[in-house]
Amino acid sequence: MCKDCGCGLPGENPAGVSAHHHEHAHEHEHEHGHEHEHEHGAGHHHGHDHPHPHTHTHTHAHSHDEPDHEHAQAAANDTHRTVEVRRAILDQNDRLAERNRGFFRARGLLVLNFLSSPGSGKTTFIRETVRTLGADLKTGVIVGDLATDNDAQRLRESGVPVVQITTGTVCHLEAEMVGRAIKHLDLTGLNLLIIENVGNLVCPASFDLGEDLRIVLLSVTEGEDKPLKYPPMFQSADVVVISKMDLAQACGYDRDTALANIRRAAPKARVFETSAKTGQGLDAWRGFLLQEQQERKARDPLSP
Amino acid sequence: MHELSIMQSALSLALDQAQKAGAARVHSIRLRIGALSGVVPDALEFAFEALAPGTLAEGAILAIDHVPARFWCATCSREFQSDNMFAECPECHSLSGELRAGREMELASLEID
Repeated sequence: MCKDCGCGLPGENPAGVSAHHHEHAHEHEHEHGHEHEHEHGAGHHHGHDHPHPHTHTHTHAHSHDEPDHEHAQAAANDTHRTVEVRRAILDQNDRLAERNRGFFRARGLLVLNFLSSPGSGKTTFIRETVRTLGADLKTGVIVGDLATDNDAQRLRESGVPVVQITTGTVCHLEAEMVGRAIKHLDLTGLNLLIIENVGNLVCPASFDLGEDLRIVLLSVTEGEDKPLKYPPMFQSADVVVISKMDLAQACGYDRDTALANIRRAAPKARVFETSAKTGQGLDAWRGFLLQEQQERKARDPLSP
Repeated sequence: MHELSIMQSALSLALDQAQKAGAARVHSIRLRIGALSGVVPDALEFAFEALAPGTLAEGAILAIDHVPARFWCATCSREFQSDNMFAECPECHSLSGELRAGREMELASLEID
């Protein structure tokens, strides 16, 4: 049954998952007494007769809990009050993210949020980033995973301070988790903080952690069309790192298509083509990070 | 996947506001969800049905307003709406980078009594 108006009709859903964007309280001309189509983008056909044979413009405020299925007009809602809220649903996360950001800036830390699907090579790329930066940027890492601290162990072997966040069933990191994790990280002398998010190209896109830059990884083995399949994630990227370039030939990677798709989904993002195995692109990546860190230091009078 | 926790946040925000306004019941909750928010409206509805029972919002309508992605084209000096989440200007076909709307995840309003 149509969940929005409660009628027994299946409610046509031509646009698939996002079809149920009913604009309630819209004004429209009703031609009653016959089947009609609402012109409000929802593709929702009402197949029942309205019991009022007149034509006028009115505010159509549905009261969906009416059991008799008379689409109750505004008069039925006299006792209802409307409270305007207009607040971001993730208001609290956004505020905590800003708190993290202030904390990071005061310490002159450049903070990167690494995002990608599972298995695209985040941990290996981070390990090589740390290695290539050496003493030029002292790095700490926060790793998020649903379970295990395998990634944290791998990174610890490169001698950097690492804190693991095990999220349990949560599919993304939130600002509050990062705020807690940094208490367990010795930030003395650190210039760069890398946050390795949970491998997931959907959910983490919505959660600001207080980072300076979002780095989205795309490995050549994943298919060139991934940026087109996950536009919200790629749209939010400041940098797209193409990883595993050493496998490009073996998996028939189409470079031009991949770059065009990245540009379409993330027009503003800087793109680095890299291989953690051969070292391809790591010099350019290293140069970029050093420059970003310098610029931030110069811009922020608070940083040490 | 994360719609459950987002709906949880939206619902607690809504219940908090409803309580402050002295509501006996919440009749409807209106959200604004952007095309690039990464949130699937149907999944929010599903989550709402799981979370609302036992609260002031039990039986309430969840209305979701879809906010299309809007970008600014610097070449044409105009804003345009994108129906596919990508930033290609329909006039000059350049790829604008400036997102003006479409990331919204907002609790817009409540109807209470």
